[in-house]
Amino acid sequence: MASIDTTPRKAADDSDIPNISIQVEFSGGLEMLFSSQRRHSLSLPATEQGTPITIASLINHLCNHTMKDTRKELFILDDHLRPGILVLINDADWELEGEEAYELQNGDNILFVSTLHGG
Amino acid sequence: MESTNAAPDSARVEQLKAQIARTENELRELRAQLHELESSSSSSSTTQENHQSHHHAVETPVNPAPPQWKWPLKEEEYIRYGRQLILPTVGIEGQLRLKSAAVLLVGAGGLGCPAAAYLAGAGVGTLGVADGDTVEVSNLHRQIAHSTARVGACKVDSLVAYCRALNPGVTYVAHGEHLTPRNAAAIVARYDLVLDCTDHPTSRYLVSDVCVLLRKPLVSASALRTDGQLIVLNSPPAPQGSPAGRPCYRCIFPKPPPAASVVSCGEGGILGPVVGVMGVLQALEAIKLIAAGVGSCGDGSTTVKESSSTPSLLLFSATSATPFRSIRMRGRRPKCFACSADSTLTLEELKSGSLDYVQFCGVNTPVNVLRPEERISATHYNTILAERPGKQSVLLDVREKEHFDIASIPGAINVPFSTFQARNKATANGEEPRPEWLPENMSDDAAIYVVCRVGNDSQLVTQKLKEMGLDKNGTRFIGDIQGGMRAWKKEIDQTMPFT
Ligand SMILES: [Zn+2]
Repeated sequence: MASIDTTPRKAADDSDIPNISIQVEFSGGLEMLFSSQRRHSLSLPATEQGTPITIASLINHLCNHTMKDTRKELFILDDHLRPGILVLINDADWELEGEEAYELQNGDNILFVSTLHGG
Repeated sequence: MESTNAAPDSARVEQLKAQIARTENELRELRAQLHELESSSSSSSTTQENHQSHHHAVETPVNPAPPQWKWPLKEEEYIRYGRQLILPTVGIEGQLRLKSAAVLLVGAGGLGCPAAAYLAGAGVGTLGVADGDTVEVSNLHRQIAHSTARVGACKVDSLVAYCRALNPGVTYVAHGEHLTPRNAAAIVARYDLVLDCTDHPTSRYLVSDVCVLLRKPLVSASALRTDGQLIVLNSPPAPQGSPAGRPCYRCIFPKPPPAASVVSCGEGGILGPVVGVMGVLQALEAIKLIAAGVGSCGDGSTTVKESSSTPSLLLFSATSATPFRSIRMRGRRPKCFACSADSTLTLEELKSGSLDYVQFCGVNTPVNVLRPEERISATHYNTILAERPGKQSVLLDVREKEHFDIASIPGAINVPFSTFQARNKATANGEEPRPEWLPENMSDDAAIYVVCRVGNDSQLVTQKLKEMGLDKNGTRFIGDIQGGMRAWKKEIDQTMPFT
């Protein structure tokens, strides 16, 4: 599994790269790390250093640009998404779609869900 | 654990009431059983009994023996279950399966109460409940089977009493203890299907492992605040490594979440109907599985029925525009710790207690980052205020706004913990700007006190304020109130509502 690079990177300034639009949603309490906002519409460059943008890059982007909370460890742990967060790509478990290596498509809906334990 | 503050006398009264209610229910159950036995034995040996007890009446025909009952359900059951019997999902075959099924609820709380009510109502043969807790007042807004009169009673007894009143035709088994690695297999083995209605990752991994080893389908649900999740696991169950089996809890969540990220209903809050919806859905999934024949097939073995649908996770979000969402999930994980061919997990290992679920899930230890001189007691803070009225100081209450709005110490300023976690925009000279809550005219030696719910977050905020340079190189005292609002209630103001 490729690890997620969390160091802030300069946004692509190559305007020749077309952008893709995606919907990102947070639920199960994760929205609290993202300004208590459940839905975020993002526009990202379709490729990164010549290769299509992956979920790993999206997670990196969310961590560095979208997240307003300093507690990154509640989202990323040891360079990967922390245990207890499910990623759902267009209503399917990301494990069915290649996990971090999944290449984002225009119009994708990516849902991050924190697992609940209460009862 | 939440605590009740009832006077010992009234608690005893309630306990006795609960005990009386339980005993009366038991008596009722025993009388019903006796009545049933007597009536069935008299119908099979009517003639003989008539000869013995009515010698004088032998010649004259008495009331003819009732016609032999030739239907699979009892007369009353056709009436009681009539509305569901006529549904294709149930039918007479499904009802008979329900009647022969034994279902275990692990947890008699917010999920377990509604789930048990509907399973009892639907007429499962045996309903077992395992829980070691007692009923508390703070449970009652969502744990609808308990009652104000039964505060202090064992939850399992309270739930069984409620269900028995609803449907005395079900056999109830109360396991008045929490599931542990040692007792889990013996309890779960008696049932065909398990509902995980617990409230912590440790129990969720344990319940799943036992269900894998004993090959029981598992209906798992959880809830917090306004969200809920539901998934049917290990259904159909199959031996470890069999591709016919469906995923277990560990297939979906191989690693437990960090203990610090686990929020309980007591800490995060929970809306009654939200957890209620999830419990009702658990009962629904259980009824569907049993009626379709996934449970017992009479000889005690469990059928492995080919399920056409892929496993799915149901997400419920009460405040969302689309409250229900169904997510396609993965199948069994090839390297799963519990259900894969590689798994070394056995019943013997489980029973030996060598698997430490608490350690596996981690323990959230209380925060301890301040030196003793950086902390003051609630009593001490109160004395400082009383002895030096008018002296400038700030009391920061870092609980979330909802807690603060309910009750707070007079003069406290509310700056929720989460706002301290927001990324600050560094100013040009690298210095952090003066926080908005800090009075502009405050002298450099005016103290800042920090209070939270129980004294964890307040330590972290104290540390943060010092990192921000607000202690003016030691000129200003910054410290927290040890034990937080809980200590304030205990030591200073017993009337203060504690949430
Ligand atoms: Zn598994």
